[in-house]
Amino acid sequence: MDNAIEVRALSAWFGDHQVLRDITMDIGRNAVTSVMGPSGCGKSTFIRCLNRMHDLTPGFRHAGEVLFDGRNIYAEKVDPVLLRRKVGMVFQQPNPFPRMSVYENVAVGLKLNGLGKSRAGIAEVVERSLRSAALWDEVKDHLERPGSRLSGGQQQRLCIARALAVEPEVLLMDEPCSALDPVSTAKIEDLIEDLSARYAIVVVTHNMQQAARISDHVAFFLLGDLIEMDKSAKIFTNPSDKRTEEYITGRFG
Amino acid sequence: MSVESIALRRKAADRAAKAAFAAAAALVVLPLFLIFFDLLWKGAKELRLSLLTDLPRPVGEPGGGIANGILGTLTVAGLAMAGGIPMAVMTGIYLAEYGKGAFASAVRFAVDTLTGVPSIIMGIFGYVLWVLPMKRFSAWAGASALAMIFIPVVVRTTEEMLLTVPTTVREAALALGIARWKTTLFITMRTALPGVMTGILLAMARIVGETAPLLFTALGNQFWQSGLDQPIAAVPLQVFAYAISPYEDWHDKAWAGAIVLILMVLVLSVCGRLLARARK
Repeated sequence: MDNAIEVRALSAWFGDHQVLRDITMDIGRNAVTSVMGPSGCGKSTFIRCLNRMHDLTPGFRHAGEVLFDGRNIYAEKVDPVLLRRKVGMVFQQPNPFPRMSVYENVAVGLKLNGLGKSRAGIAEVVERSLRSAALWDEVKDHLERPGSRLSGGQQQRLCIARALAVEPEVLLMDEPCSALDPVSTAKIEDLIEDLSARYAIVVVTHNMQQAARISDHVAFFLLGDLIEMDKSAKIFTNPSDKRTEEYITGRFG
Repeated sequence: MSVESIALRRKAADRAAKAAFAAAAALVVLPLFLIFFDLLWKGAKELRLSLLTDLPRPVGEPGGGIANGILGTLTVAGLAMAGGIPMAVMTGIYLAEYGKGAFASAVRFAVDTLTGVPSIIMGIFGYVLWVLPMKRFSAWAGASALAMIFIPVVVRTTEEMLLTVPTTVREAALALGIARWKTTLFITMRTALPGVMTGILLAMARIVGETAPLLFTALGNQFWQSGLDQPIAAVPLQVFAYAISPYEDWHDKAWAGAIVLILMVLVLSVCGRLLARARK
């Protein structure tokens, strides 16, 4: 089985409002899957279903299954806290912890999760994570500086390093570049490509060029429906659905 | 009317408005300076080091101090805070992080009401709770009356400071697989900590100066305190006792005591401000 996550007939509601309708799709290991679509199509809601971030949202309801390692993450026995260590997340706005240094930002997940590492062990993970996030060279001399003093793009890479430190299998990224300038965006995109060698990555974006540049697979969402999902090249050259074609040619959305 | 004259009128109106606001602000702080200089003027006669180190002396005898009152105030306020801080901060955390239902609304309403209860009522509360059953005035009674003033203020500051922490910070922590209670204590609370500390110091400054709640509870004491279950001196009580006495030299000591009290409050307020600034 080469899928990290399998979504089966997933629907979601906020109160009476249905946001996702009957979504079924597979998310491959060591690949980048983009979730693309116009604003309000449910793409952010969708990836937040994959690590149960909606658990605390009042009025949220779902139907269907999300299988991670073959088990439904919404099953009663599953602890969402443990799930989220395996399925990490990076948000739209870079959100390093305020009042924590660069080092602490990366180390805090390990420390609070009691992953039983020595001081030296933690330092090692911090360095490895910062290297993986392509940030080490820029911050190695000022690890004690506040994370919030970094530039926006650096902050976002810090958030990626923080997510990597707890050793997830899947990385969910909710429009990780939409608050960044083009140079920082390019760095994050390169990074996503590198990381896909080791992680399953799901990226939400409304930017088609970005989806085309970084993805192996693209899922196109519209108004809560998954219109189609296919290899990136196929979606952008010869989509099966007329609505996908209209979207990528800029006729709406 | 030409464009220039409209611009001139607008600038004049702007200046006039600014001047009015500044005048109001000056008027507000003026009493503080008047009080302070009046105190210095009248209390200077008794302002000497022995004020901070000696026990009070009988009428007519020169010298003496309010050292027992300073120690007493610190004891009673310290007790109030030792009990009050954990309770108030935990309540504030509950309201900010979990408080959505009817119970939380009731707590919030009760806390707001408590904030507005006159401090003398808190004194009567301490009297009924401690003094009547123990048949004795005590530091405990004083501390519980002060805690009742301290707690609601700190509950609301804690709640407000936690609510200023962006949701994205909590989400980031949860997404790392950090348990919710750890997120609250070690991430959210840590972010809000300087603000909470500022609130605690300002609330402490407030209870240090309270007189009414101590009248029926701590009572006051001419000597060093002999135990927490005994009447205890406090600076505001001593100022009060000296001020209503018929003796001229005690009046002077009341002024000097007032200076000590206002300095204690000032130091706490300044610490609170500094902490608030450290937050940025």
